[in-house]
Amino acid sequence: MAGTRSDWVGDYFMETMAATEFRVHPDAHIVVDGTVCADCTTRQCIVACPANLFVPTTDGGIVFNYEQCFECGTCYLVCNHEGAITWNYPAGGHGVVFRRT
Amino acid sequence: MSDSVDVIVVGAGPAGSCAAIVAARAGLSVVLLERGPFAGSKNMYGGVIYARMLDELIPKWWEQAPIQRWVTRRSTMLLTDTQALTVDFRTDAWGEAPYNGATAYRPDFDNWLAGHAEAAGAQLLTSTTVTGLLRDSAGSNRTGAIVGVRTDRPAGDLRARGVIACDGVNSLLAKEAGLYEHTDAKHFTLGVKETLALPKEVIDERFGVRDREGVDIEIIGGTGMINGGGFVYTNLDTVAVGVVLKLSKLAAQSLRPEQVIAGLKANHAIAPLIEGGEVKEYSAHLIPEAGLEMMPKMTANGMLVAGDAAALCLAAGIWLEGVNFAIASGMYAGETAVDAIRAGDVSARGLAGYQKRMRTTFVLKDHRKLRRAPALVLSDRVQHLYPAMVANVAERMFRVDNPQPKPGLRRIFAQERKRAGVRRRDLIRDAWTGFRSYG
Repeated sequence: MAGTRSDWVGDYFMETMAATEFRVHPDAHIVVDGTVCADCTTRQCIVACPANLFVPTTDGGIVFNYEQCFECGTCYLVCNHEGAITWNYPAGGHGVVFRRT
Repeated sequence: MSDSVDVIVVGAGPAGSCAAIVAARAGLSVVLLERGPFAGSKNMYGGVIYARMLDELIPKWWEQAPIQRWVTRRSTMLLTDTQALTVDFRTDAWGEAPYNGATAYRPDFDNWLAGHAEAAGAQLLTSTTVTGLLRDSAGSNRTGAIVGVRTDRPAGDLRARGVIACDGVNSLLAKEAGLYEHTDAKHFTLGVKETLALPKEVIDERFGVRDREGVDIEIIGGTGMINGGGFVYTNLDTVAVGVVLKLSKLAAQSLRPEQVIAGLKANHAIAPLIEGGEVKEYSAHLIPEAGLEMMPKMTANGMLVAGDAAALCLAAGIWLEGVNFAIASGMYAGETAVDAIRAGDVSARGLAGYQKRMRTTFVLKDHRKLRRAPALVLSDRVQHLYPAMVANVAERMFRVDNPQPKPGLRRIFAQERKRAGVRRRDLIRDAWTGFRSYG
C-alpha cells in the first residue's frame, strides 16, 4: 500500500523520532513480559505509546523496544494486565533528552 | 554519599528548584537530585509559563529568564474538519513587564531555575535516578518515617531530615509512600508535540506579531473521536503544534498519537501556519488532567509532594496551567520544610502547614473553584457535539443567503442544536456547570 496516507505519516514519524535525542543505556528500563501479553486481547499499549515502541509479533506476543522511550508512563497506565509491564526510569543521565537552545 | 543533609529535593523541575531555593536561602543544607543529564532535560509541556510567583524569589526574573516569546495574542479555537471559530485576544500590556505568559523551551527554563537553586547554596546532582525511599528502621518498611532516598549512584543512599518529592507526573515516590490511593488512566491525558523550525520573519508574518511578541492558540476539537484538544504556539524560530489526548479514550480506538497530530496539521485552519516547517523534535509527556479528583495526600512522615507529582495541574479549557502551580507548591513545600525542621517535627502533623499554605492561596483555591471544569471540558458533548453546533451557528449567522431573508439567531440556534443532537436539558446542565466553574 505504498503511497497511502498512513504510510506517509509512518515515514514522517520515523523522521520526527530521529530528530529527538536519546542517550541509550545498555539495559532496558522497562521490561515487558511477553507471556502475559500473549493472553491480552485489548493490547492498548500498541496504539497509545507515543513512540510506537510496542510491536506485535507473528506468534501473538508483543516486543517492546526501549531505546526511543519518552519515559512518559502511558504504557503502564493503559495496561490492564498485572505484571505485564515492569516500569522504571532509566539509569541517571540516560534516556530521552529534550532540546535546549 | 553516606552523609546526611537537612533536605533532599527529588527532581529539578520548577517545583523542585523552587523548593530548593527557599530551603537553601533559609540556611538549610539541600541536595537537589535530577535524573537527567541536566535540569529540564526530561521536561516538556504544551505551551505557556505564567511565572508571577517568581516575583518573590527572583525579582525582575523576566530580565534574565530564558524565554522564547511573551504571549500577547491568546486564541481559543473551536475546530471542526472544515470550520474554525476563534476568540482571538491581543494586548500590548502582556508584552511589557511584568508580562503575563511566556513560551519557552523547558530544558532552558528549568535549567535556569536550577541554576538559582545552586546559587542559593543547594547542591545539584544530575544524572542521578532515585530508586526508592529510605525508612526509619524503628517503623516497618511501609509505615516508618521517611529519612532519605536510595539512588543509582555507587553507595547511593542519602539521608535527610526531610524529603520533598518533585519527581513528576508518574511520581514513583508518592506512590511508594502510599499517598495515591490508586492511579487510573482516565485521570491522565497524553500530550504529544512537534517542534517545527521556521524563519523568525515567517513566524512573525503568519502570526501577526513582531519582536518578542508571541501567540498561543488553544484548540477544542481537531482530535477526531479522541477527547482532548490541540495547541499551536510560537517560539522565536520554531512553532510548536500538538495534541492532548485523554488516555482512556486514546487506548480504546485505533488512531495513533502521531496520526492525530497529522490530522490537526492538515486542517485548513492550521496548515498555513506551519507549512514548510522542518521538524526539530517530537516529544511526549503525561498530564495529570483530572485536578482535585486525582490529587494524592501531599504529606507523609518526613516527606512533602509538589508539582505534577501532586497532580497540581489545572486543565480547565480556557485556563491551562501547570508550571505556576509547580513553582508555588515547590515554594510552599520549601517553606514548610524549613519551619518543620526548625521546630524539630517533620512528621506528617509537623508538615501540616503545607496543606494550609495551598488551601489559602490560588494553588488549591483555583482547583476547588474549577473542580468540575476538567470533566466538563473533556466530556463527550463539549468534545464531539458543541464545536460543530457552534460553528454551524456562526456559519449561518455570517452567511448571506440572498434571496432568502436573514433568519433570526434564535431560530438558527434552535435548529442547529437539534441537528447536532443536543438535548436542551443537557445544554442547560452544561451551561450551569460552566457558569458555576468559570463564573
